[in-house]
Amino acid sequence: MAQTPKIAVAMTVNGQDVSARLEARTLLVQYLREGLRLTGTHVGCDTSQCGACVVHVDGKAVKSCTILASQCEGAQVMTIEGLAHGDKLHPMQEAFREHHGLQCGFCTPGMIMTAVDIAQRLGTPDEHTIREELEGNICRCTGYHNIVKAIDAGCQEMAKGQHRQAAE
Amino acid sequence: MTKTGIGASVKRKEDQRFITGNGQYTDDVSRPGHVHAYFLRSPHAHAVIRRLDIAAAKGAPGVLGVFTGDDLAADKIGGLICGWMIHSKDGSAMKAGAHPALAQGKVRYVGDHVAVVIAETLAEARDGAEKIIVDYEVLPAVIDTAGAQAAKTQLHDVAPRNTVFEWAIGDKAATEAAFGAAHHVTKIDLVNNRLVPNAMEPRAAIGEYDPGQGAYTLWTTSQNPHVARLVLSAFIGIAPENKLRVIAPDVGGGFGSKIFIYAEETVAVWASKKVGRPVKWVSDRTEAFLSDAHGRDHVTHAELAMDAKGKILGLRVKTIANLGAYLSTFSSSVPTYLYATLLSGQYDIPAIYAEVDAVYTNTAPVDAYRGAGRPEATFVVERIIETAARQMGLDPADLRKRNFVRKFPHQTPVIMMYDAGDYRASLDKAMEIADVKGFGKRKREAARRGRLRGLGYSTYIEACGIAPSQAVGSLGAGVGLWESAEVRVNPTGSVEVLTGSHAHGQGHETTFAQLVSERLGVPMESINIVHGDTDKVQFGMGTYGSRSGAVGMSAIVKALDKVEAKAKKVAAHLLEASEADIDFKDGKFTVKGTDKSVAFADVALNAYVAHKFPTSEIEPGLKEGAFYDPTNFTFPAGCHICEVEIDPETGVTEIANYTAVDDFGVLINPMIVEGQVHGGIAQGIGQALTEGAVYDASGQLLTASYMDYCMPRADNLPSFKLGFTETRCPSNPLGIKGCGEAGAIAAPAAVMNAMTDALGTEAVTMPATPQAVWKVAQSQQKLAAAE
Ligand code: FES
Ligand code: FES
Repeated sequence: MAQTPKIAVAMTVNGQDVSARLEARTLLVQYLREGLRLTGTHVGCDTSQCGACVVHVDGKAVKSCTILASQCEGAQVMTIEGLAHGDKLHPMQEAFREHHGLQCGFCTPGMIMTAVDIAQRLGTPDEHTIREELEGNICRCTGYHNIVKAIDAGCQEMAKGQHRQAAE
Repeated sequence: MTKTGIGASVKRKEDQRFITGNGQYTDDVSRPGHVHAYFLRSPHAHAVIRRLDIAAAKGAPGVLGVFTGDDLAADKIGGLICGWMIHSKDGSAMKAGAHPALAQGKVRYVGDHVAVVIAETLAEARDGAEKIIVDYEVLPAVIDTAGAQAAKTQLHDVAPRNTVFEWAIGDKAATEAAFGAAHHVTKIDLVNNRLVPNAMEPRAAIGEYDPGQGAYTLWTTSQNPHVARLVLSAFIGIAPENKLRVIAPDVGGGFGSKIFIYAEETVAVWASKKVGRPVKWVSDRTEAFLSDAHGRDHVTHAELAMDAKGKILGLRVKTIANLGAYLSTFSSSVPTYLYATLLSGQYDIPAIYAEVDAVYTNTAPVDAYRGAGRPEATFVVERIIETAARQMGLDPADLRKRNFVRKFPHQTPVIMMYDAGDYRASLDKAMEIADVKGFGKRKREAARRGRLRGLGYSTYIEACGIAPSQAVGSLGAGVGLWESAEVRVNPTGSVEVLTGSHAHGQGHETTFAQLVSERLGVPMESINIVHGDTDKVQFGMGTYGSRSGAVGMSAIVKALDKVEAKAKKVAAHLLEASEADIDFKDGKFTVKGTDKSVAFADVALNAYVAHKFPTSEIEPGLKEGAFYDPTNFTFPAGCHICEVEIDPETGVTEIANYTAVDDFGVLINPMIVEGQVHGGIAQGIGQALTEGAVYDASGQLLTASYMDYCMPRADNLPSFKLGFTETRCPSNPLGIKGCGEAGAIAAPAAVMNAMTDALGTEAVTMPATPQAVWKVAQSQQKLAAAE
């Protein structure tokens, strides 16, 4: 049988330029996990519902199981591994630890990436809004109680950070 | 209490790797040259395999091997086992049908394993599987739990009437007599809906064979890697235990479903030698729905006998439990010793008799799922007592109080000896937090908005830390349920604790370290908890049944006692004092009545340097191990109160309030305990309102994705109100009872008692989806209009 045709793909992942020749059907999550060994992005379903795979593409939360790597040609991709600045955690990561927003940790990378997106879009939403915004992220461990608390706190921290930046 | 000791809400040590994407789950493990396994699964619920032709698949691009049940049989690989023997009322042993890892001539549920294809890439393995030709003769399928025994079709030759066992517990004659004397009898029929556990990390396995050592390594999503090794070795015959290493790295939730030894890991590890490459298998979500062991699935009729004052005289229960197509690893224990032994609830019931028939059907195997048997028992007891209160016109809280067990220890008529509790205290506290007094006002206010508001209680009890080993052995368990620990103090005073428990979300790396930190005065960051690798930890029983605090930590206590005793001996030499005069506190050894002291780390160093004591009397080194076997089960209990609000026009239910007051004995880390309760409640609410596995009459699973199986989402749930009461557990050194399952055990009854209260009828079944609720609400309104 003929070799499956491959196409060239180039993008920026966590600030680094990367490129590869991939089968056209390669999903972004496959490229991240298998190609780049960035295994912090997880796969929890096959119907685009659980959100374990959420990353940012050009600053927006995207389910990396539902987008082809080739669709990210030239894009800025950020995964959970790129969120902290060296040893300094992102405020949303801090908030998840501080408020026990994770147990087994499997949904966590997707939750945190979604949460950062919520904060960026909505600032400091109320509990009801946070819960509705989490429609696309499933957690089986926490009952969401502490995830919601963590996101609330993380959003507040991020807003403060922005005020600080604006003031400077 | 120290800042990091027992009782402190210490932030979790394990979080750093998870929040930065550095966890190592099985699918994150990459072995040099690993290849991929894909299982061809049966599309039919019940069929004879007339012909299985794998020739074309073998020649497909990238394919390294295609194997069937014949290949396993040729290598003398045994079938999967059920490790708990149950005897029927007539004394006969349960009827265990053969359970081959790959089908032998017959398939018995949709998703059953027909063949495995191993290829360079997953896509090639899938493509290869398409080329396998299977000629099925489709047989009628048995699906219905209640109808399985009367079905004309039989799944296993060894099991007439599709019956695994017909088991009973309790005193039949005494119970009949109690009913004879009853003033009032309440009867209910209940269905405990079938659930799919749905840990967010799907199951996965990587098998690797090292020809130089003649040894296998298996990375697998397991809650109990040592038990997996034991079963794969001693029963399935992969390799002797010393030639098989099982590693369960980070595991993304289990809830029971990762206790069991499944076909996929068996085949992956076996096939790694066959193809000479590491073999990786990762379940996709649909496969998980089809082939993970499901939970619950009971059909029950229960009757409660009461005297005129509302004192319970007796309870009789008949349950049919669906165990699916084959007996999974611990399936037989779930609807028997983990279920009927809890039918006394928190109540002093003089006579109980329960019969359980377990049946085979053409559905996925059913085994333990969070709570395992105890949620089913709680549902029966708490639904029937609530119903009885309504029928007798009594307040449901008062009726409970009247019947609570008050003196401990309390022997129930169904084996259990409750050791400690204060059921009144948790009920009172929950009623206060839930503001039960204000409920009437809230109900009237809701009615003005056209909403139906209801309130329901669940005063549950459960049993954790299945024990002691001798006792469970006499009930049919194939293993002992103790736990092991080894405490290794390094020369520089840092500590490694090896435990036979396994964490997959419970936070053992933190809570176990808290115990060590408090006992030895060593800072948290100098303590490592090691688990999940049979080459590191000698043996252990793993984590399930909320046992790791009560049993796992007790083993650590025993090992710490030994470490402290030995360190005292060394310290005595260092301080030139007699051992009897040495005190140990806050990480310092002191000589009574003097200011002479030596730090723990110095003692550790000296234990290894061994210059200052006679090694003829004291061995060098500081490392101690222990096995701990509990003296009794532990009995967590409490009261959950749920308040719902229903929109009768849409059938949509909102959980308006959820209060949980639990008595888990001593809490090691309240933050983590609360997290466990939250997660359990969410699963319990899921069972009550959203989740249910549905097979159609031909045995197709209609709910095999998140499009069809409704997992609770954040916007289905409220924030929960929690409280705790504490009676120390007398059956282990730390006074711990266990907290991992209580939420899932208590919640379904609390929610359904609230639903039935709101709707004014007992005829509401789980899951009470909007459609189901709407139907009930509409017929209730018609009834009301007709009156
Ligand atoms: S894996 Fe992407 S949504 Fe589930
Ligand atoms: S923490 Fe386990 S699934 Fe969310």
